[in-house]
Amino acid sequence: MAGESLLKVQGVETYYGNIRALAGVDVEVNKGEIVSLIGANGAGKSTLMMTICGSPQARNGQVIFDGEDITRLPTHLIARKRIAQSPEGRRIFPRMTVLENLQMGAGLDNLKYFAEDVEKIFTLFPRLKERQSQRGGTLSGGEQQMLSIGRALMARPKLLLLDEPSLGLAPLIVKGIFEAIKKLNQEEGLTVFLVEQNAFAALKLSDRAYVMVNGKVTMSGPGRELLANPEVRAAYLEGGRH
Amino acid sequence: MAAPSENTSSGLMVKAVREGIFAGVIALGMFILYVGIETYQDIDNRLVWRTRWGLLAIFVAVAAIGRFLMVGVIKPHLDRRKLAKAKSGILEISEEKSFFHRHFLKIALIALLLYPMASVWLFGTQGSLKYVDNFGIQILIYVMLAWGLNIVVGLAGLLDLGYVAFYAVGAYSYALLSAHLGLSFWVLLPLAGILAALWGVILGFPVLRLRGDYLAIVTLAFGEIIRLVLINWTDVTRGTFGISGIKKASVFGIWSFDVGSPNYFPKAFGLATSSAYYKIFLFYVILALCLLTAYVTIRLRRMPIGRAWEALREDEIACRSLGINTVTTKLTAFATGAMFGGFAGSFFATRQGFVSPESFVFLESAVILAIVVLGGMGSLTGIAIAAVVMVGGTELLREMAFLKLVFGPDFTPELYRMLLFGLAMVIVMLFKPRGFVGTREPTAFLKERKVVSGSFTKEGHG
Ligand SMILES: Nc1ncnc2c1ncn2[C@@H]1O[C@H](COP(=O)(O)OP(=O)(O)OP(=O)(O)O)[C@@H](O)[C@H]1O
Ligand SMILES: [Mg+2]
Repeated sequence: MAGESLLKVQGVETYYGNIRALAGVDVEVNKGEIVSLIGANGAGKSTLMMTICGSPQARNGQVIFDGEDITRLPTHLIARKRIAQSPEGRRIFPRMTVLENLQMGAGLDNLKYFAEDVEKIFTLFPRLKERQSQRGGTLSGGEQQMLSIGRALMARPKLLLLDEPSLGLAPLIVKGIFEAIKKLNQEEGLTVFLVEQNAFAALKLSDRAYVMVNGKVTMSGPGRELLANPEVRAAYLEGGRH
Repeated sequence: MAAPSENTSSGLMVKAVREGIFAGVIALGMFILYVGIETYQDIDNRLVWRTRWGLLAIFVAVAAIGRFLMVGVIKPHLDRRKLAKAKSGILEISEEKSFFHRHFLKIALIALLLYPMASVWLFGTQGSLKYVDNFGIQILIYVMLAWGLNIVVGLAGLLDLGYVAFYAVGAYSYALLSAHLGLSFWVLLPLAGILAALWGVILGFPVLRLRGDYLAIVTLAFGEIIRLVLINWTDVTRGTFGISGIKKASVFGIWSFDVGSPNYFPKAFGLATSSAYYKIFLFYVILALCLLTAYVTIRLRRMPIGRAWEALREDEIACRSLGINTVTTKLTAFATGAMFGGFAGSFFATRQGFVSPESFVFLESAVILAIVVLGGMGSLTGIAIAAVVMVGGTELLREMAFLKLVFGPDFTPELYRMLLFGLAMVIVMLFKPRGFVGTREPTAFLKERKVVSGSFTKEGHG
């Protein structure tokens, strides 16, 4: 299984109007891997995540998923290829309940596996079970993050994209979420591509990692290797962690 | 306890009197020129003025006494009630709902079914006309329109200010097709709905990319375009003259309501000739149409498309990344809402027997939207209540002839319809900013039903 390419981003350039946010990015994610992407604010990490989902679309280059060119597909068709994202800002549906939010995630299979999958999400995040009929908008930040990840998982994704899952969360909850990701990866073979500011935890968790600077990938390699790299340490680790 | 409470109550009276006098003085200052003095042209066409001190006195007295009662009686009473509730431990939301509350829908439905019979029984066949037609049918038309618009605005969150266009399409479809093709109401009703839905899609396409204010303005323009076409395409629509002599609906082609017809309904049942029977029949038709609208709305909310509508209202990008085709989702919302507008339109045409562009002005769209907002976007019950209050209330104004005694013989209460409508809206929005029923009923449950109350939450003003 592992080693076979699932996602291949080749020379992708993405523009916001005339501003080039991605300047030729090459990234590859293999089946069964956890790959992380780190970089300073405004480096273009979220832009890459969104470009993979086709919103905005890449102006140049290609996004290949499971051997198929998805660069020009509209977002909802990309989602139907089973790429699920927990996007920056979580984007849960605030007036809908937790359960309804999860339901929205399970729309691709028309709720066929809903009952079964909800149980799985609830074992993963027991907090969501307690709060199942609470409105999404009234959840705490951490609970919203769990809901966002849970909703993405409801789609039974082949590739899970996570944009800063630890944003604004207490260390204990971050630890919980990272453990959950690891567990999904090991037990279900879920492929994960995640963006993180919390470089230390992300690099420790992932098989491989990329470092992005100003819309370009400047470094890549196994997580532990980057963790030991003096340049990475200086830029993303030292001063950030104690 | 006795001494301080007496103390505060006498203090309260002083305060109430002071505020009352103050309000009176302000009212005097505000109205002295507008109400106290009236200009008119005398026989020689000169502009002269006369005073109306009596009327001015009434205005001032209403303001002063109103303020006095508000400060001295109503507010302390409300405060006391709140305090008592807090003390007895019953909060605003009590779990124990009354019998009436629990069976509200069943009771309302039975009452509606019996309503025409009851008005005939109480006011006689001819006397019931006013209650069945002016109140019953009129209100139900607006209930249906508002429920239709609710799909677009309340569920899908697409602000549509031109909804009356679909109402017009439905009405003219029926008027023209029945005149030219001679088809019956029951054939044309679905056809009018389909045609309106088609127009919904035609409107939907260009506005797919728009949201919020921009969408509102384009839909507003669309409504005006339809009206202007109706006015100017005189060969087909006869312009401002409108189309008259529109055929009446029949009881499924079996009995007719045309007096000359051999199977005239009242004759077939040995009843006296009266237009009341037609109105009673129409009442049940529009009631059935309303129930259809409600049923479809409730069913759709539990289906993927309905869930997609509600999700679309909240976050379009999230919808797309969950595999929802937002284009078709929006178009189906427009089309479904428009279809019910079309049904209501063809019903309107058959009820009036006459349609003209004058019935489809922007004000109608505004009234329908106001009912949706007042009722609480998305809530069928709330919207129905809002329609009863708003439409029924304005109809009641026609009955207020006694006000002439107060304001003089020139006073026509109907003219104040919009003023009162606006006033009522302001008051409701002040006390219930989310509309009469601000709670959204969730559609997903694992075990038991729980209502998620809007009053617990501060975010959003939906
Ligand atoms: N919608 C937009 N319009 C114009 N510019 C944008 C838009 N979104 C992002 N940008 C710009 O593109 C660049 C990359 O943004 P992006 O959100 O991808 O950064 P990021 O790496 O995710 O940063 P952070 O760590 O702060 O989330 C930034 O300079 C940003 O200002
Ligand atoms: Mg980002």
